[in-house]
Amino acid sequence: MRKVLIIGATSAIAEATARRFAAEGDALYLIGRRTERLEAIATDLKVRGAHAIACEAMDVNDVAAHSAAIDRAQAALGGLDTVLIAHGTLSDQAACQHSVTQTLAEISTNGLSVVALLTELAERFEDQGHGTLAVISSVAGDRGRQSNYVYGCAKAMVSTFTSGLRQRLSKRGVHVLTIKPGFVDTPMTAAFPKGPLWAQPDAIAAGIVDAIRKQRSVVYLPRFWRLIMWIVRAVPEPLFRRASL
Amino acid sequence: MAVEGGVYRSWGRYPAVGNQRIFRLHDRFAALSISTEVQRVLPYGHGRSYGDVCLNDGGGLLHTRGLDRFIAFDVVTGVLRCEAGVLLAEILDLVVPRGWFLPVTPGTRFVTVGGALANDVHGKNHHLVGTFGCHVRRFELLRSDGERFECSPHESADWFGATIGGLGLTGLVTWVELQLRRIANPWIAGEVVRFHSLEEFAELSRAADGDYEYTVSWIDCAAAVGRGLFMCGNHAPALSAERPQVSHKKLRVPFTPPVSLISGLTLRAFNALYYRKQLAERTTAITHYEPFFYPLDGLLEWNRIYGPRGFLQYQCVVPVEGGLDLLHEVLGQIAASGSGSVLAVLKQFGDIPSPGWLSFPRSGFTLALDFPNYGERTLQLLERLDVIVRTGGGRLYPAKDARMAGDFFRQSYTDWERFSAYVDPQFSSDFWRRVME
Ligand SMILES: Cc1cc2nc3c(=O)[nH]c(=O)nc-3n(C[C@H](O)[C@H](O)[C@H](O)COP(=O)(O)OP(=O)(O)OC[C@H]3O[C@@H](n4cnc5c(N)ncnc54)[C@H](O)[C@@H]3O)c2cc1C
Ligand SMILES: NC(=O)c1ccc[n+]([C@@H]2O[C@H](COP(=O)([O-])OP(=O)(O)OC[C@H]3O[C@@H](n4cnc5c(N)ncnc54)[C@H](OP(=O)(O)O)[C@@H]3O)[C@@H](O)[C@H]2O)c1
Repeated sequence: MRKVLIIGATSAIAEATARRFAAEGDALYLIGRRTERLEAIATDLKVRGAHAIACEAMDVNDVAAHSAAIDRAQAALGGLDTVLIAHGTLSDQAACQHSVTQTLAEISTNGLSVVALLTELAERFEDQGHGTLAVISSVAGDRGRQSNYVYGCAKAMVSTFTSGLRQRLSKRGVHVLTIKPGFVDTPMTAAFPKGPLWAQPDAIAAGIVDAIRKQRSVVYLPRFWRLIMWIVRAVPEPLFRRASL
Repeated sequence: MAVEGGVYRSWGRYPAVGNQRIFRLHDRFAALSISTEVQRVLPYGHGRSYGDVCLNDGGGLLHTRGLDRFIAFDVVTGVLRCEAGVLLAEILDLVVPRGWFLPVTPGTRFVTVGGALANDVHGKNHHLVGTFGCHVRRFELLRSDGERFECSPHESADWFGATIGGLGLTGLVTWVELQLRRIANPWIAGEVVRFHSLEEFAELSRAADGDYEYTVSWIDCAAAVGRGLFMCGNHAPALSAERPQVSHKKLRVPFTPPVSLISGLTLRAFNALYYRKQLAERTTAITHYEPFFYPLDGLLEWNRIYGPRGFLQYQCVVPVEGGLDLLHEVLGQIAASGSGSVLAVLKQFGDIPSPGWLSFPRSGFTLALDFPNYGERTLQLLERLDVIVRTGGGRLYPAKDARMAGDFFRQSYTDWERFSAYVDPQFSSDFWRRVME
């Protein structure tokens, strides 16, 4: 039985992952924004076999609340083995271009809040000397594109931060996992027309659970995105500049 | 899937659908925010209805699969409450290992609880336990004006009766509470008996009724005489010695062939072979519940074999009294037309009343057939069958219909007028517009 904390637990990808944890009888602590939805998910996970489950409401941008929330999770579960950080918002790029406030808010939700949470968690995991910090970044963080570079730069922050953290914590036996999903069919992307590159949340969840078990460092999910992003990164800047991705 | 490339179809892939706005639901607490661009919406579960009860051309579909949470499961009493988009397959995965089974299941487990309720589906045990709706203890109905009714046989009983079998028209069912049935293990002790005429079928059916919880027959439509295989079974007792091997491998029809693979020739060959698939007149076997209840679920997306024009299902029920003669007439028409059905299924319904005002099942013989869509020729054959069924006092199953005439529906579902007062003013469907014309 693992003791798992999930932040952004109402996310479709997080919920699918939590169902896999529940089926294995893990103990879960769920943090998200909306109490009613959190409770519905918690009850479902209980029916599916989760050993113990509690939840609490927190806005991740309320950085001052992080430490106490993690304390409560740790106390409720009797320790922490695995943390999954999953919250995010797909920024409205066009709107951000006209609004400094909105741009900074997006970077805060998708980037800074994650950095803050990980800073808090890293201390504790470093002390305990075991466990997994799994963080959902995105392929969008691999290279800034005109269609979503605000979201992309926040995710780049997450990818870079977790890379450094991994180096630091691996020496203490702590596993840091950077998860880079491609296009996933979730409420976040409801407005997009779906094509063959799109994956279902449960497929991503399977990849996350597998990567945690195998203690992988960086996973692209589904895996073919590693190749796609390698190509996207390899395009020379003069060419990239003229493209409109 | 019935959803391909973002296009929402029904299982028969007929009728072809035009423009439908899709709203995917994820939160049972949220109100229905129906945008003003769509005039009318309709819940869409898993699209396993064959015809147009789950289609809404020019309107919106509320796709319920995202409402897939369990709410409560009591392993002692077998009472299960879950959101309406949960699949029966997901319920089975959860409850079978804990000694429970669905009280009623249709011939596929890939349907949602909400869809099963809205069509008030029946299974092979109808003669003993009635329809799916007979085992629904309560559910919540959400109306477009935001009002919520908790419905049971005792509370909001009129909404209960209107919504079970109500074809998704009374509002959105958000969650359902079911009474499950106890089992000792996942095995079914089954028996298959060959019959050579409809009279023999009726005799077998009568004899088996008390002894077997599940009965159903496959009948060879190409042969007109009404020969076939009678299949029956019970949940195996706790101490059954045999433990059959189970294969959970699934095949998939990978794409839609440009033309139907079902022709008169393949059909006759298949039927003749199937009729002789066993050498003995009677065989018994212990099987896993999956192949027993869901023989077609092993071949995913099998509906594609009929090609892009799709196919039509036809399921009728006719009274026991005089019923065999009507079935003879129906089979005669089909054999004469040469466009017989691959999967002809025959069963005798019992007389337990269905709770839904528009529920299809009632005491009698029910025959389900499917026909490749050859256009006018197929539609004309089905109209000839309508005349027989209608004159004999029978009716058709809306879940499988894409073409019955409005006056036939209104004549045979006598509660339609009382029902129509309960239709949500913001809800409609292709089916409903068609039969109200
Ligand atoms: C291989 C196969 C075998 C079958 N065998 C049988 C059988 O043995 N017996 C039988 O009775 N049927 C049988 N059927 C038909 C099938 O069981 C029904 O059509 C079932 O209702 C489909 O459920 P669905 O979730 O796919 O719903 P859909 O087909 O998507 O919708 C069905 C109806 O339910 C309504 N609905 C869906 N969800 C909700 C909700 N949450 N609230 C309100 N209304 C809702 C829709 O508006 C629509 O009117 C079979 C179908 C197949 C493909
Ligand atoms: N979908 C994709 O294509 C895709 C691709 C790559 C990466 N990702 C990443 O995958 C993760 C999960 O996203 P998803 O696709 O599962 O989308 P989702 O279902 O929309 O989940 C996003 C979640 O983030 C939560 N959230 C947003 N802002 C928050 C805040 N300030 N405080 C607390 N919670 C907040 C939301 O909570 P509410 O429920 O309260 O709104 C929601 O549960 C995200 O990090 C996303 O960036 C997604």
